Amino acid sequence: MHQPTIIQARHQLKEKKYSAVELLDAVYKRIDVVDGKVKAYIHLTRDIAHRQAEEADQKLAAGEDAPLLGVPIALKDLICMKGTHTTCASHILENFVSPYDATVVKRLKEAGAVLIGKTNMDEFAMGSSNENSYFHVTKNPWDLNHVPGGSSGGSGAAVAANECMGALGSDTGGSIRQPAAFCGITGLKPTYGRVSRFGLVAFASSFDQIGPMTKTAEDAAILMNVIGGHDPMDSTSADVALPDFTAALSNDVKELKIGIPKEYFGKGLNADIEKTVLEAIKTLESMGMQAIEVSLPHTEYAVAAYYILACAEASANLSRYDGVKYGYRSGHADNLMDMYTNTREEGFGEEVKRRILLGTFVLSSGYYDAYYLKGQKARTLIKQDFEEAYKKCDLMVGPIAPAPAFKLGEKLDDPLQMYLSDIFTISANLAGIPAMSIPCGQSKDNLPIGLQLMGKHFDEETLLNVAHRYQHTTDHHLQHPTL
Amino acid sequence: MSSDSFDIEKIALLARLKLTDEEKTRLGRQFAGILEHIDRLNQLDTENVEPTSLVLPLQNVFREDVVKQTFEDGKYLPLAPRQDKEHYEVPQIL
Repeated sequence: MHQPTIIQARHQLKEKKYSAVELLDAVYKRIDVVDGKVKAYIHLTRDIAHRQAEEADQKLAAGEDAPLLGVPIALKDLICMKGTHTTCASHILENFVSPYDATVVKRLKEAGAVLIGKTNMDEFAMGSSNENSYFHVTKNPWDLNHVPGGSSGGSGAAVAANECMGALGSDTGGSIRQPAAFCGITGLKPTYGRVSRFGLVAFASSFDQIGPMTKTAEDAAILMNVIGGHDPMDSTSADVALPDFTAALSNDVKELKIGIPKEYFGKGLNADIEKTVLEAIKTLESMGMQAIEVSLPHTEYAVAAYYILACAEASANLSRYDGVKYGYRSGHADNLMDMYTNTREEGFGEEVKRRILLGTFVLSSGYYDAYYLKGQKARTLIKQDFEEAYKKCDLMVGPIAPAPAFKLGEKLDDPLQMYLSDIFTISANLAGIPAMSIPCGQSKDNLPIGLQLMGKHFDEETLLNVAHRYQHTTDHHLQHPTL
Repeated sequence: MSSDSFDIEKIALLARLKLTDEEKTRLGRQFAGILEHIDRLNQLDTENVEPTSLVLPLQNVFREDVVKQTFEDGKYLPLAPRQDKEHYEVPQIL
């Protein structure tokens, strides 16, 4: 069976070309064939998915409908689904079974989705390559010697390798957009507060957002219609009206002004990326949009501000892993303090420890003002950069990453270089704006290149609209890796 | 601020992490580079800049003071690595 997009699967299920169970079986067959190489998944939820597919078939037979009825979807393994493991790719949560559904999972179930498994990630979403997983390293389906990106690298690789129709990821500093770019798929980080974080294991609470990772912008719009909207269970979820994102796809894009942030080009940008992104901007102009240069002058401070603030929040959030209420507990301890320290030493991987230590330091007595407060003030300046730029344009366009997917192991020994590779994605999280990645071409080595679209707060509609029109004009999103 | 001020033993204790000697050496070296990069924020004049802790204009979020059952009873204690039927068990504190 050809592996369809979400929208194609919906039509074909309704036309009874195949059943939801047959579609699910085809997806698991594909996983059985390719996932030994790609390693996108940590757990498969075959029994649950099979029951959901059978229910979907009964509803389809009864003429019922729902936005994702019978469609196989994967979840990044930091999103809780009742009765299944949620490991965050960490030893410390290796045996944790979720006692409840995240709000996004509840909404996917109500929309009829078939939830097929949990995808690999960097431990606690800390990383840009998926090499920080406790379990195994996910490979880039386009070249198995390269990383799929991170931290939602499992979701990115699963979509690219046709191991699901679509997936959810989470984005704290680029963790949806960068793996989407590296794997040649479409990924959207919504506005902070657009999607409920209830049931998402917390990394940095003022940055984290769940979002769709799909084959097309149209599929991303369908998923956003299902997962978006206010949730009383998340006090930071925004009580603003949820538009129909699929209806926005047919809006006219001709009058739109696209801002090109000059700081996103030039020194340090790989030549293939620069050429491909500039070509994509020409394509957008040929579609009637007007490109103008804008400036985000504090871009060079984004990585520094982000690693202060995100690590500070992480050090507080991860203090809950103490071996008492759930998760791993060290077997070697005679007293409470040793139990805490041994549990955390044995349970966390090195990158998580590095960030907890950095976060603890910037919050510690005597350093709070110099680091944490300074980082918060830099965040204000970066946010103001975007407010100024959006006075002149409707959205901004630029690269996602300074270079295409790097080789496995290439940056593992140099955490600062790994952090600096997030330079173009981090600002959107600091400012809380929506941003997305769509495929716009390939490098000389046939690795995908992503185009970043950045929007105004709560204006995912314009991003999805432009992305959908771009995908009508180009065929980059239709390229698939050979496995 | 200076990266020389990073006392890894003290920070590890605050973070409740027990590091091996090898980790202390390696992480300490990496922190020097990371903090050197972070120190570039000193170039910014933030004298009259307000800090941002959350990008949304949220004030206190209240709900009605009504008792509801959020989670099912009896589902949480069994998740603990050590527990009897009513309590979490931890090593001796005093």
